[in-house]
Amino acid sequence: MKSIAELEEIRRKTLEKISLRTSADGIRIVVGMATCGIAAGARPVMNAFVEEIDKRNLKNVTVSMTGCIGVCKLEPVVEVIDKNGNKVTYVKMTAEKAARVVVEHIVNGNVCLDLTIGAEQR
Amino acid sequence: MHLYRAHVLVCAGTGCTSSNSLKIMGEMEALLSSNNLDKEVQVVKTGCFGLCAEGPIVVVYPEGAMYTRVEVSDVKEIVEEHLLKGRIVKRLLAGDKVAEDISKSLDGVEFFTRQTRIALRNCGRINPENIDEYIAFDGYKALERVLTEMTPERVIDTMKQSGLRGRGGAGFPTGMKWSFAAQQVNDIKYVCCNADEGDPGAFMDRSVLEGDPHSLIEAMAIAGFAIGSSQGFIYVRAEYPIAVKRLQIAIEQAKEYGLLGDNILGTGFKFDLELRLGAGAFVCGEETALMTSIEGHRGEPRPRPPFPAVKGLWQKPSILNNVETYANIPVIILKGAEWFSGIGTEKSKGTKVFALGGKINNTGLVEVPMGTTLREVVYDIGGGIPKGKAFKAAQMGGPSGGCVPVQHLDVHIDYDSLISIGAMMGSGGLIVMDEDTCMVDIAKFFLEFTVDESCGKCPPCRIGTKRMLEILTKITEGKGEEGDIEKLEELAKNIKTSALCGLGQTAPNPVLSTIRYFRDEYEAHIYEKRCTAGVCKSMMKYVVDPSKCKSCGLCAKACPMNCISGEKKVPYVIEQDKCAKCGACMEKCPFKAISKI
Repeated sequence: MKSIAELEEIRRKTLEKISLRTSADGIRIVVGMATCGIAAGARPVMNAFVEEIDKRNLKNVTVSMTGCIGVCKLEPVVEVIDKNGNKVTYVKMTAEKAARVVVEHIVNGNVCLDLTIGAEQR
Repeated sequence: MHLYRAHVLVCAGTGCTSSNSLKIMGEMEALLSSNNLDKEVQVVKTGCFGLCAEGPIVVVYPEGAMYTRVEVSDVKEIVEEHLLKGRIVKRLLAGDKVAEDISKSLDGVEFFTRQTRIALRNCGRINPENIDEYIAFDGYKALERVLTEMTPERVIDTMKQSGLRGRGGAGFPTGMKWSFAAQQVNDIKYVCCNADEGDPGAFMDRSVLEGDPHSLIEAMAIAGFAIGSSQGFIYVRAEYPIAVKRLQIAIEQAKEYGLLGDNILGTGFKFDLELRLGAGAFVCGEETALMTSIEGHRGEPRPRPPFPAVKGLWQKPSILNNVETYANIPVIILKGAEWFSGIGTEKSKGTKVFALGGKINNTGLVEVPMGTTLREVVYDIGGGIPKGKAFKAAQMGGPSGGCVPVQHLDVHIDYDSLISIGAMMGSGGLIVMDEDTCMVDIAKFFLEFTVDESCGKCPPCRIGTKRMLEILTKITEGKGEEGDIEKLEELAKNIKTSALCGLGQTAPNPVLSTIRYFRDEYEAHIYEKRCTAGVCKSMMKYVVDPSKCKSCGLCAKACPMNCISGEKKVPYVIEQDKCAKCGACMEKCPFKAISKI
């Protein structure tokens, strides 16, 4: 038999897993997954994002994929879009950098300036 | 449990299952694993989305992209394009009804934006075979609140204040029904659920049973607490195999979690549930017949009073509510009576689910606030009538209801407005008829149904409806006589006042309402031997217009009866006494020279 507290725990945990079916307003992490992106290692990057989000129980953050945005030499490219539609573009991503973006940008709200497309092109 | 980045929801309601959605699911799982995506993407079986005409339906989250009419062969493209590369497969999206901004998708389909989904809140959103997903969206929270914070009186008061009325047909106030049973002093009381959905064309209860079975279980436990009962029965028809299976799974899971059984949530409250399968008799949707059937007897009604609230199942105080009514209850407890009574009209609160069928583009299920006009339901949500044909009438309330003709298209759909124009809410079947429908034929169709389903216990229903059907058959065969309409009306009046149960009392309604609004069609059948819609075969004929006929002979070749003859430069002629009225000649004629009169 489950107690009310246990029920609440199930509710909380399950909601984390399935909240992506409801929240269209949260932060979206979009990973470029065209041939160029995949070849440059976009899949481990994406998996790293999913794992970090899971580990930190972040709500209202979804990870999705997109095609090639045209700067193939900078792949893997990841865009982080907040609820107001503001976009930050990270380039030449790795799994380690993905973990850093989750901590610094998604959790604490500080854009990792050195990883952005602007920093790369300077 | 592992976090998936994407969820693929595949509709596994009866409609989509019959068009292969389970094969689609299997193919999806196989292709995901061969593409090494099975750890990233979760495939979820879910309930009906309501857009049955466009099934099978697959929805991919987080984008919320809704794919319609998906074939097994399309799965490869969805996996390789959407799930592997992130490119939404536009050709499979829900037509042009999807907004540009795909990220909002489902909310962008007009079919959904015009709806308010309360009873159907979880259909198409959760996996009905997974209790955790139901719990995640506040499932069993209402039961928790009722058991820990409320008294039975307060639960009943909340129901009364919410204004919830029975969704099964008669529209009796739910709170009132509960309070009658609660007042009875008895050690044993029963909570029953009428899941014996029998109206032709109605399938909203099936959708809730298949898509959200736990909401029913939760609501019945709440009802048990309110009236002081520890045993419930769900009477469901065996013709709903998917619904039965999901209910069984749900009851098992609820028992495992201690949400059914002894000492629920440690509060000392005891409630158990059992399924009873019906064999599909329409009369068993009537409350006394249903209870007789649960007891193991032949499903026949008995006179009331005593009402079930006093002497019901096994002579004990019992309540019976329908599936959709129950599905509203957990939400009312959580959001409050005031919230619920803010939706709808003065005397009809909340929403109602309608099963759209017949001549309509978006066949399926829609849930709208009470007071929505029929025009909005048919045209804005239902997408209008196929091939641009004209709306003639809508049959509301199935074989117990009546038709709503075009002049009442702007009627606000609520219990009382519908009664005032001779129709009824019923369980929510809404069959749309276009200009090609013969209203006498429709009345005959519904009467055939009730004659078939009459249990035979009382003579008015057993004999009276049969006599009415004979007269109607005579009229449609072109043998109607003066006085037939009056005879129908007299019989109808007598049956309505003297039949034992709701089945008989409402059986004449389709005839009465079609006479009321389409008397001219009855008269044309009787006096002019003419069926204006061209449906009644004995009264129509196919004729060749000599001025348009080019004597090509195609009609004669197409005729299976070899009853068309002619020669070069002489117009062809159809021999009427041999003609089988199949219409093949009319279809073949390139000059539109053949017409049906």
